[in-house]
Amino acid sequence: MPAGTIAVIDYGMGNLRSVSKALEHVADGRSVVVTADPAVVAAAERVVFPGQGAMPDCMAELDARGLRQAVIDAAASKPFLGICIGEQMLFEHSEEGDVPGLGILPGQVRRFPDAAMAAADGSRLKVPHMGWNEVTQTAHPIWSGIAQDARFYFVHSYFVVPADEALVIGRAHYGVPFTCAVARDNIVAVQFHPEKSARDGLQLLANFLAWRP
Amino acid sequence: MGLAKRIIPCLDVTAGRVVKGTNFVDLRDAGDPVEIARRYDEQGADEVTFLDITASSDQRDIILHIIEACAEQVFIPLTVGGGVRKVEDVRRLLNAGADKVSMNTAAVQNPDLVAEASAKVGSQCIVVAIDAKQVAPGRWSVFTHGGRNDTGMSAIDWARRVEELGAGEILLTSMDRDGTKNGFDLGLTRAVADAVKIPVIASGGVGNLQHLADGVTQGRADAVLAASIFHFGEYTVRQAKEYMRDQGIEVRL
Repeated sequence: MPAGTIAVIDYGMGNLRSVSKALEHVADGRSVVVTADPAVVAAAERVVFPGQGAMPDCMAELDARGLRQAVIDAAASKPFLGICIGEQMLFEHSEEGDVPGLGILPGQVRRFPDAAMAAADGSRLKVPHMGWNEVTQTAHPIWSGIAQDARFYFVHSYFVVPADEALVIGRAHYGVPFTCAVARDNIVAVQFHPEKSARDGLQLLANFLAWRP
Repeated sequence: MGLAKRIIPCLDVTAGRVVKGTNFVDLRDAGDPVEIARRYDEQGADEVTFLDITASSDQRDIILHIIEACAEQVFIPLTVGGGVRKVEDVRRLLNAGADKVSMNTAAVQNPDLVAEASAKVGSQCIVVAIDAKQVAPGRWSVFTHGGRNDTGMSAIDWARRVEELGAGEILLTSMDRDGTKNGFDLGLTRAVADAVKIPVIASGGVGNLQHLADGVTQGRADAVLAASIFHFGEYTVRQAKEYMRDQGIEVRL
C-alpha cells in the first residue's frame, strides 16, 4: 500500500463510490482505497468513515465484519473523518433503534422532534431533512476556504447532541437548531455529505486531506 | 434561513443518450448525459435526475456506465429511475454511484419492494415516482406503465401508503400537465405535499420560471423538477434560482 493512503471504511452500508470518487478528485494522486480489511485501515495515513441507512444496521454490519476495533483505533490515532451515520456512530447512544454507538465521543443521537416541525407558513417541515442547508461554522481548519453559512447537502432524520459543547464546530437549523459538525483532536465528523455538496464539499474533503492535527 | 427549495433538472436517457436533446451552445455533444449533468452542476443544480426510458432489457446496463462516469465528475446527488424491478436493481444503481433510486410501476405491482428496498439500503435512497391524472374534482388516480394503465388508486392514498412502506421521497408527476408547459397541477401537488411527512418533488408542466415558484409557494413542494426549459437553453438553473429568490423563496445560490 503506497504511503499516504486514504482508507474509506466499507462495512456494506452506503454509497462508498461517491465518497471515494470525491476524495480521488481532490487527492492529488494519493491513493484512495475502499476497504473492509482492518489491516489496511490500520496502515492508512487517513481514514474516512462514511455511512448511510439505519444506525442499528450500520452498527451490526460493522461488528459482523470485525471492524469495530479498527475504527476505534483509527479514531484514536490518525486524521479521521466521519460522514453522516459515520458521525452518529461515534457517539454513545442513538434513539434510532435504541442502540449504543461506539462511544468515542460523549453524547446522544436524537430524532427531529415532530412537535417542532412546522414552517412559518403553517406547512410541515418534512423528515428526512433532505437538501441544502446553511452551516454556521466555528473556527476549524476543515472550514478553510469555505464561506460562513455555506450550504451543504443533508439527508437524515437524526442528529448528534454532544455532551460537550466544545466538540461543536458546525451548526444548522431545521425546526430546531442542531449540531452538524464536531471535532476533537484528530477527529472531525459531519452530518452532511461533503461528497455530494459540490464545490464547498470538495473543498472540505481537500481540507481534510491537508489537515495536520 | 434554513433548508433551500431544490431545483432538479431531469434527463430522459435511452441507449446512452439524452433523448429530448438540449440546446447548450458550447457543448461538444449535446446528447451526452454526463456532459449535460456536469453543465447543470456548474449552473448550480441541487440534484440531477436520470430517467432511463430504455425499452429493451439488454440495454439496461448502459445506464450503469453512465452513472459510473457521472459519479466521477458530478458531485451533487444523482437520482436514477426507470426499469427498477428488484432490490438487486436498486443495489446495482447505488453501487454505480446513484444516491437515490426511483421506482414507479414496480412499486404499484409489488408494494413490498418499497419496504424491502428501504429496509436494505435506507429510506433516504428510495424515491417512489407517482404518475397521477385527475379523474374528478379534487381526485387524482395513479397511473402506471408510462401513463397507460389506470390503477384506480387515489394518488393521495398511495402517497401515504408508500410513506408507511418506507419511501424517503415522492416524485409526483401530473400526467395532465406533463409536456403542456402550462405549469404544475398545483392542486395535486399541494394535496400530496400536505398528506405526507416526507419531501415531495413536483413534476410535469413547467413552461416558465413562475411555474417553478408556484410549485413551491402554492403547491408546497420541497423540490421542483423540470426538463425542457433547461435543456433547450430557455433558462439556466441559475436564472431559475435567482427568479425564485426574488419571489422570497429560499434557494442555494
